[in-house]
Amino acid sequence: MEQLLENFSLDLFVKQTVLFLILIFLMVKFAWKPILNSLNDREEGIKNALDSAEKAKREMENLNADNDRLLKEARAEREALMKEARELKEKMISDAKEEAQAQAGKMIEQAQAAIESEKKSAMAELKNEVAGLSLEIAEKVVRGELSNKDKQLKLVEDMLGEAKLN
Amino acid sequence: MKLVSKTITSLSLIFLVSFSVFANGDKDVQEGEANPINTQEEITDYILHHVKDSHDFHLFDYFSNGEKHEVGFPLPVILWGENGLTAFMSSAFHHDDNGKEIVERGGSKFVKLHGKIYELNAGASSVSFDEEHHPTNASTPIDLSITKSVFGILFFGLLMLLWFGRLAKQYTKNAIPTGFGRVLEPLVIYVRDEIAKPNIGPKYRKFTGYLLTVFFFIWISNLFGLLPLGFNVTGQLAVTAALAIFTFVIYMVSGNGHFWSHQLWMPGVPFLLRPVLAIIELAGTLIIKPFSLAVRLFANISAGHIVVMSLVAIAINMQDQMTGVGSTILSLVLSLFITLIEVLVAFLQAYIFTMLSALFIGMAVEEPEHH
Repeated sequence: MEQLLENFSLDLFVKQTVLFLILIFLMVKFAWKPILNSLNDREEGIKNALDSAEKAKREMENLNADNDRLLKEARAEREALMKEARELKEKMISDAKEEAQAQAGKMIEQAQAAIESEKKSAMAELKNEVAGLSLEIAEKVVRGELSNKDKQLKLVEDMLGEAKLN
Repeated sequence: MKLVSKTITSLSLIFLVSFSVFANGDKDVQEGEANPINTQEEITDYILHHVKDSHDFHLFDYFSNGEKHEVGFPLPVILWGENGLTAFMSSAFHHDDNGKEIVERGGSKFVKLHGKIYELNAGASSVSFDEEHHPTNASTPIDLSITKSVFGILFFGLLMLLWFGRLAKQYTKNAIPTGFGRVLEPLVIYVRDEIAKPNIGPKYRKFTGYLLTVFFFIWISNLFGLLPLGFNVTGQLAVTAALAIFTFVIYMVSGNGHFWSHQLWMPGVPFLLRPVLAIIELAGTLIIKPFSLAVRLFANISAGHIVVMSLVAIAINMQDQMTGVGSTILSLVLSLFITLIEVLVAFLQAYIFTMLSALFIGMAVEEPEHH
């Protein structure tokens, strides 16, 4: 302890105290304050940059997800549209077919009806013609037969015979 | 900062010039019996003398023609005595340390005795001693001299201002320092993040300036103490005591109500125990903490110096037992080993002092936990 006290110099103690106080003051003012402030600023800057990078990444991810979703939607829509178009096409074709068939059927029917009626009228005309012709022929034949008395008689007889048979 | 470096250059020039004057002046004073130091007692004296503060900066001695030449430079002596302020260079004492050389300045007579300057009482022409070799007819003036340690303090302070001032200036130009600043920056960050922040907590910023100053001052002083220049700033009890008292004042002043309530009237223990605890706590806070801070640093650094020099002295002391070559090799190996350890201790002691200061401050400003 005595050795310790002997080592202790009050003058040096006072000088150290004063000089160190000045040193602290100068260091704080000219070194530590600007250094710590710049370090803080820099760290803040780095942190902000990292944060914003993270944010950008997340936004990018969102964007990508959006893009994917949109693409998928678009693809699905296209698929649906194409399916619809295909169906429409098929429907149109089948409709057209049906209609055409129906039309054709109708036309055939009409044609058949027309043919039938034409046939009927033609037959009727033919009958009339044949009846007229037959009458004429019969007239002519009768006339020719009746020109000769014998023949007239014979005819009557034939006809009577025939009638008997009936 | 350019101005500062210019000042340093011119200062060192002044010292260089005064160097030769100092060395020449020696020849006339030293009389004959100049021998190199080679007995154990002389070595012990030499070591103890080196560890102490001194009024001139002594680098080394050399001997030629049986004369001792001390190489170093004188430092200014500034005294406040009976007749006011006086200043002269320490070379005026001509290396006398036994009170023989009397320097008359401004009507006062000064002598240097065992590293201390005394002012002779009026009328006295030489120092007279009592049985314990204390001067009887002299008083001690207030010594404001730039002693070796004060020179060291100023020098390290300037170095710190230069280095860290330049680092601070670099940040104005770009965010990342270049050159030596790149070495200093991680150290600053280390002190802030590993010492100040974890020990003090959210209020660390207010105290970081002090902690950084203390850390670098002690570290630089310790490292310069290892150079063969003769600095022993942190090995002076006065210096470490002043540093410890800075920490003491800071934690006493910034202690909050929570801290003082725990010091004086510990909550949560039986009432009878509280005064006892208060005595123990106060003894710790007021005496043990600053005392341990001061003595730990002082003892570690002084011991380091003494051990290194003792190991160097092995080369002389063990010559007879193991021949000159053997003792030199042994002392070289051992002192090299211890010096390397001292480099570690230099950092460690700076770290411990700063860490404990931060811890004590942290205890004083700690906010009560909210349950």
